[in-house]
Amino acid sequence: MLALSSVSAAYGSFQALFSVSLEIKRGEAVGVIGPNGAGKTTLMRVISGLIAAHEGTMTLEGRAITGLPAHQVVEQGIAHVPENRRLFPALSVEENLRIGAFIPSARARFSERLDWVYQLFPRLKERRAQLAGTMSGGEQQMCAIARALMSKPKVLLMDEPSAGLAPLVVAQVFELVRKIRAEGLTVLIVEQNVQQVLEVVDRAYLLEVGAIRLAGSAAELKQNSVIREAYMGL
Amino acid sequence: MDIYLLEAIINGILLGGVLALLALGLNLIFGVVDVVWICYADIVMCGMYAIYFLYAQYGVPLPLACAIAISGLAGLGVLVHVLIIAPVLRSPPLNQLLATGGLLFFLQSFATLLFGTDFRNIGVRLPVLEVATMYLSFARLIAFAISLVGAVALYFFLKRTYLGTAIRAIAQDREIVGLMGIDDRRIYLAVSAIGGALAGLAACLLALQYDVHPFIGNTFGPVIFMICVLGGLGNMIGGFIASFVISQIIAIGGYYGSTELSYVFAFTFFIVLMLIRPRGLFAP
Repeated sequence: MLALSSVSAAYGSFQALFSVSLEIKRGEAVGVIGPNGAGKTTLMRVISGLIAAHEGTMTLEGRAITGLPAHQVVEQGIAHVPENRRLFPALSVEENLRIGAFIPSARARFSERLDWVYQLFPRLKERRAQLAGTMSGGEQQMCAIARALMSKPKVLLMDEPSAGLAPLVVAQVFELVRKIRAEGLTVLIVEQNVQQVLEVVDRAYLLEVGAIRLAGSAAELKQNSVIREAYMGL
Repeated sequence: MDIYLLEAIINGILLGGVLALLALGLNLIFGVVDVVWICYADIVMCGMYAIYFLYAQYGVPLPLACAIAISGLAGLGVLVHVLIIAPVLRSPPLNQLLATGGLLFFLQSFATLLFGTDFRNIGVRLPVLEVATMYLSFARLIAFAISLVGAVALYFFLKRTYLGTAIRAIAQDREIVGLMGIDDRRIYLAVSAIGGALAGLAACLLALQYDVHPFIGNTFGPVIFMICVLGGLGNMIGGFIASFVISQIIAIGGYYGSTELSYVFAFTFFIVLMLIRPRGLFAP
């Protein structure tokens, strides 16, 4: 479905990704784990076109998406839930969802998508007129995910959905991820919360200093001694 | 209450309408593009000349002349963005200020070169209404009413349409709108066109009341800029309210002193307020 081949990227003279290759099959949920500063967010931003890759190729369903600007990547079918949610705080929940359906193909089926998203997240329907910035962290994360789903993506990128949330809310967020998976979406999720993310994904990659160190199924990685010691504190 | 004071207050409210329209345009552009068009009032001047020549010189019917001026300034807004703003979009604010400031002098000098420094009037004589021994200018009443219609139309556009919602979104988080499928460059063009069209509408309303000359922008440009800063740059509602605060100071100051003195009052108020509330009247 989504494939990256030897992708490198840099911020100015600081290289953040070194020849990263990964692949996600249709309907799969894949995690990327790793410490702070490993390049996880950069990886997400390169896929969605916010940062240009200076080497390598990326394809979605076999079609090249390398070098496309962010607003065209969305139209190809990749939606990105950014780090720290990044809702439009002074817009209402429903206005945020309307922005999520900005691309023409989604705009045409706005009310259909809205019904679907409200059915998935009934809480958002209750809060539809509330300003997004006034909701709790967990509700904002729910709204950010819903906003990304409004474009009817084939692949959903989630950058640290549990960051900055209370432990109880983190559990709820991972519950949301399960719900989305159950809808048949392909998901790529970046997390520092290794233990919990390995419970919801099929496979995962370990990213360290901008390069992939390990890859395997969630079950394998849970047993891997490197992961257990360095990332799960076991 | 003194009937002349009441007349001054009403005229102040009427004056506030057109100022509010211009403050909305300037704030819209600043809020979205993050560049202050110092030359905004001089773009209005171009519109006034357009109406003068179309209507008074070539006999184009006034409503058509206004429509041409409004769409022409929308186009000029796009040109200003493409030719002057876009190249300095990532430059330091001072460079952007100098670029739009340079355009101000360019427009004033170019107008002087083409048209001379004559004061020209489109020659539409609208009646003066006498209401309970107060004299109210019909032109000002029309200008006020149309300004309000323009402001309300802008409100519904920003509130109800996809493009309007995207414009509000980009003003809140410029970096991630691309993830929503929004091409920021197209939004900048749209906003520059809308800002230009609002300047065009203001030009129509001002041409009914004032003579046009190359430096007419200087008489209200600084006032609009002051209004926007007072309301909080980029804050549309703040700017709208500040328009009426400033127009009242000018009107009442004019009643107690003189027109020249009223501007001294307005700017003194502004300077003192900036010392107390440097981020504007409505800063949180």
